[in-house]
Amino acid sequence: MLEHAWLIPALPAVAFFVILFFGKRLPKKGAEVGIIAMTISFVLSIVAAVDWIDRVNAADTGEHGLGAFFGKGFMAAAEGEHAVVAPVVKSVTWWTSGGVDFGVGTYVDGLTVMMLIVVTLVSLLVYIYSTAYMHDDRRYTWFFASLSLFSASMLTLVVASNTIEMLVGWELVGLCSFMLIGFWWEDRENSRAAIKAFLTTRTGDIGLMIGIIILFFTVGSFGVGATNSYALSPGAQHDLLLAASICLMIGIIGKSGQFPLHTWLPDAMAGPTPVSALIHAATMVVAGVYLGARLYPVFYDGFSIEAGGVNMMALIGGITILIGAVLAFVQRDIKKVLAYSTISQIGYMVMGLGVGAWVAAVFHLFTHAFFKALLFLGAGSVSHGGTHHSFDMREMGGLRKYMPITFWTFLIGSLALAGIFPLAGFWSKDEILVNAGSNGFDTFLIVGLIGAFLTAAYMTRCVYLTFFGEYRGHAQPHESEPAITIPLIVLAGLSIIAGIINAAPLGLEKFTEYVEPTFAFPDLVHAEFDYPKAILSVSIAAVAIGIAAFYWFRHEETGPLKGLTQRNKLAHAGYTFLENKYYLDHLYENVIVDGIRGPVSAAAYWVNQHVIDGVVNGAGRTATRVGSFAYDTIDQRVVDGAVNGMAYETGEAGEELRKVQSGKVQRYALWLFAATGVLALAVFITNVL
Amino acid sequence: MDINQFLILSAFLFCVGIYGVLARRNGVLVLMSIELMLNAVSINLIAFSAFGREVAGQVFALFVITIAAAEVGVGLAIVLLIYRNLSSPDLDEVDQLKG
Amino acid sequence: MDWFDDWALTLAVFLPAVGMALVLAIPRAQETAMKATALLTALATGAVGIGILFRFDYDAAGAMQLDVNEPWIKVIHSRYHLGLDGISLPLLILSMLTVIVCIIYSWDHFPEPHNPKAFLALILLLEVGLNGTFVAEDLILFFIFFELVLLPMFFMIGVWGGPNREYASIKFFLFTLFGSALMLVAFLALFFLSDVETFDMVTLSDLGGAGISQGTQNLVFAGLFLGFAIKVPMFPFHTWLPDAHTEAPTVGSVILAAVMLKLGTYGFVRIALPVLPKAAEVWAPWIGLLAVIGIIYGALCCLAQRDMKRLIAFSSVAHMGFVMLGIATLTDFGLNAAIFGMVAHGLITGMLFFVAGSVQERYETREMSRLGGLLTQAPKLGWILGFCAMASLGLPGLAGFWGEFPSILASYDPAPLADGLFGGNNLYTYRTFMVIAAIGTVLAAGYLLWMLQRVAFGKVNAEFEKAHIHDVHVPEWIAWTPLLVLILVLGIYPDILFSITDPAVSPIGKVFS
Repeated sequence: MLEHAWLIPALPAVAFFVILFFGKRLPKKGAEVGIIAMTISFVLSIVAAVDWIDRVNAADTGEHGLGAFFGKGFMAAAEGEHAVVAPVVKSVTWWTSGGVDFGVGTYVDGLTVMMLIVVTLVSLLVYIYSTAYMHDDRRYTWFFASLSLFSASMLTLVVASNTIEMLVGWELVGLCSFMLIGFWWEDRENSRAAIKAFLTTRTGDIGLMIGIIILFFTVGSFGVGATNSYALSPGAQHDLLLAASICLMIGIIGKSGQFPLHTWLPDAMAGPTPVSALIHAATMVVAGVYLGARLYPVFYDGFSIEAGGVNMMALIGGITILIGAVLAFVQRDIKKVLAYSTISQIGYMVMGLGVGAWVAAVFHLFTHAFFKALLFLGAGSVSHGGTHHSFDMREMGGLRKYMPITFWTFLIGSLALAGIFPLAGFWSKDEILVNAGSNGFDTFLIVGLIGAFLTAAYMTRCVYLTFFGEYRGHAQPHESEPAITIPLIVLAGLSIIAGIINAAPLGLEKFTEYVEPTFAFPDLVHAEFDYPKAILSVSIAAVAIGIAAFYWFRHEETGPLKGLTQRNKLAHAGYTFLENKYYLDHLYENVIVDGIRGPVSAAAYWVNQHVIDGVVNGAGRTATRVGSFAYDTIDQRVVDGAVNGMAYETGEAGEELRKVQSGKVQRYALWLFAATGVLALAVFITNVL
Repeated sequence: MDINQFLILSAFLFCVGIYGVLARRNGVLVLMSIELMLNAVSINLIAFSAFGREVAGQVFALFVITIAAAEVGVGLAIVLLIYRNLSSPDLDEVDQLKG
Repeated sequence: MDWFDDWALTLAVFLPAVGMALVLAIPRAQETAMKATALLTALATGAVGIGILFRFDYDAAGAMQLDVNEPWIKVIHSRYHLGLDGISLPLLILSMLTVIVCIIYSWDHFPEPHNPKAFLALILLLEVGLNGTFVAEDLILFFIFFELVLLPMFFMIGVWGGPNREYASIKFFLFTLFGSALMLVAFLALFFLSDVETFDMVTLSDLGGAGISQGTQNLVFAGLFLGFAIKVPMFPFHTWLPDAHTEAPTVGSVILAAVMLKLGTYGFVRIALPVLPKAAEVWAPWIGLLAVIGIIYGALCCLAQRDMKRLIAFSSVAHMGFVMLGIATLTDFGLNAAIFGMVAHGLITGMLFFVAGSVQERYETREMSRLGGLLTQAPKLGWILGFCAMASLGLPGLAGFWGEFPSILASYDPAPLADGLFGGNNLYTYRTFMVIAAIGTVLAAGYLLWMLQRVAFGKVNAEFEKAHIHDVHVPEWIAWTPLLVLILVLGIYPDILFSITDPAVSPIGKVFS
């Protein structure tokens, strides 16, 4: 299967076309095509995973590969390495230039296989969920077509063997995100959010494109393996790698919703909830993290991660953790809480990469996909069954009585997110923190702990407002149908057990063993499982839950903090600042975008019409005037004057000559004789004299 | 006999003929003057023929006489027509081709 | 098959003229006969094109093929020399395809005043000029075909155009002619100053400006530059384009955007660069500067538009900026990107103008503030508009990407020139261009998505709620499907084009490296 991994993205791609052209005529309106395709892809991913594990076990384990510099544009598996090698299939010549062939193919290693499983599994669950959730939607078929296209694009991104192929997948998932956020485009708000998402990520893509270009010319190839090998080789040009790392980081910031380009993610919640679960929680937004993980040697060398201290990756990740978590507190919309939580959690992943905790960060990606998707689908279930399609938490409350399955799964997801032992989130988040501490990034360890505190607190708030207290809404709440609850249960199960895969105290380090690359990968230090730190982080989370529960459950209505933001100016200012999302949106939309769309472009157009075209029209007018002058004065008076003058003179001469024609024969005869006489005289004179 | 005498006679007659062509108003008189010119030319030709002992001059004079005769016939016909249309033989009144 | 090899290019160029004569001979009343004749001629020319595709030797795409080289005007040493290589071939096919789809689209869509005879005859005459320019290998022959396209387009805009058509058509004609006049002077200079007195482009390319002093070369290049730059159109010589496109009838706009603009860029690649490489090296950074200004400026002006067609017209300025940037880098990547960009832009912007024309036909307006909800009333049309918008903003997977990305890529590593802008460092200059061009892609996404939102999304405007807006009908489907399919296919598998253009582009690139 490892050699045929291209099938995995190809199937949903075919499904897209089938659903697009034939979906409406099928009995289940095209959903069956999508689900079948994704099921097969999921099975194939499992097969690929098994194959990969076999491969790792069969090969000599040992040193990490150092790799040699590869020739231009040629991707091949290294021979004679006794480290485990990533099989790469270069299938087709995609394009040529300057006599060099550039290919499109697949690059399958542990990371790839892990991502394949995550993407296909979550996609499949979301598809099944959507059959119920989107059941009566006016564009049901198109929904499934777009989802299939999305899955195909994400899978392409994941198996890509070179950076251009990754760019293709990257942009295509952006396209699908655009189409799906603005799915109900009748409302101007939705298409606005979709455009905002697309443009923000595209701004980040400037960095991505330039980073890819810098890497190409430095390394001599677009290939992933070649790039990584080069980055680790002793002759690598550090400055260029730093430049490339910064540029790629900008791309990651855009796509993965990191500060300062995170503003599109909360607005993206305008799309249908399955979309939020799949795209904006589990898969697309982690594309940036995947990029960082895939091209890790570039960042490792570029940002000098080995040396400790502060680097751009860790810094951005750290900042994002905090600002995302803080904003989650002031949201009334349950999906927006989850959106900010996602921003914050991806901050953890990015920070993890930045502190040299590769395995931890990727593992967190793995676990986060499950419990975040669970939380979003749970929110969808709440709106579907509990509040008649509203996400406003002010219309919720006390739903645990009516929707038990949703409640319990949501609770499990929240606890996993908060990092409570022994759920999945604990293992992954804790590993990041431990590695941060042991690699010398103490600041970020503290940031991570604060983030954990905040996470637990805002999730408690969220759970309380949704499921506890009295029901404040207007609908008849009831549990959702099985198509919705079964995926919830599956994901909840995964949220519980997924962490065990890499539970160090239990001697299980499967993730490290199979997912961490050994080919062209730096020698990373893996921190030992640190009991004190683990207990510390769980305690912090528990304390946070306790405080939050205490506040909301008991004292929300009557406590001293109630109404604080109304009474206290500072608190109010702080609250407003948060409500306006740090005024970043204001900066981006009102200042930058509206500025460009309004005054700047109007100015450019004014210049066009009046200055440039002014020159053209002025040239035309001047030419016409010069022409008029030339015509009236010179042509009409001078030249034509000469012409007319000649005609007049000719006429006058004619008038005079006319007098010769008297009509009298004798007069003519006189002329004749006179002329003869003159001639004779002339002859006489010339001949005789 | 000197040829000059004939030549002077011929010249004199020719000049009288020119005077008549140019200065007379009556068409018939103009025709007569033309005849006079032609005859003067004939005298000239015959004089040269006689004194040069060449027959060409006399042959040419015969041609002249023939042409003169034809020309008078047509000329008189034209003068008659003029008289009929204009009621006057005065050539000065024939200026219809005035420019 | 030798017969075909000898006659293919001549047929490709002059068959439409035969068709035009036939159309003119058909009496005015027999419209179907006229349309059928025109379509058959276009298809026949297309068949010649397919034949050329078969007879073309793809392994030798760098060499001139299907040569025709006959004496023509001996007194000025001008020969009837036609030839085809990897650069000309895609553009020739594009031209043929565009004319075919235009004639199909026009089947029941003739603009007022209704005169299919004249209209179709002019389209066919245009095709003669377009095909001829792409295969001409003699400067005088090239000039003739280059100028030939001006008159039919002038009439198309002037007779069948919008309210401001007289201004637009005269502006277009005179502006372009002005450039061409200077270009002709440059041609003559090349003739007289080169080591060998010839108009033959192959010979002149081989000479590479030998025998002409650097200063004179720069001046001659200036003449060529003006002639081509006005046609492209490059900033700041672009102002004829928005008026011409807005006022022209739909089919006129399509042909103008899809093929005629390529005459300018083709001229750069075919004539200006190979014949005067030293001068090109001096001019290249300036061309690059104007190109990136065009990218940003075109995008900004797009955002200020209220008329859909005018917006698409300015987007052409921006796209041609990418093409010219690729050319300005004087590298293989850049030139390949430029030619791909030419074809991609032709297909995509041609489609956009078709859609704009269809929208106008249904709604009687192009004011975007009055439009909206196209996806509700005519979903397939709206979907096609979305598809084309995505292609136009350079989404990978569709053709537009391969015109933009390699161009930006090439700017990082341009040909080694002595000087950049203002005597600065060459690399810094071009890398700055690279960043600006990358920013341009964001702006492109901005205006296209904004247009899409305005026209396709949202609710239908009150004034059109009751209107009977019909969706895409058969002639439109037949006309548009080849273009849509090509946009997708070229996007997914760009090697179709790159494998043809790369061998032809490499020799030019080598001159500069």
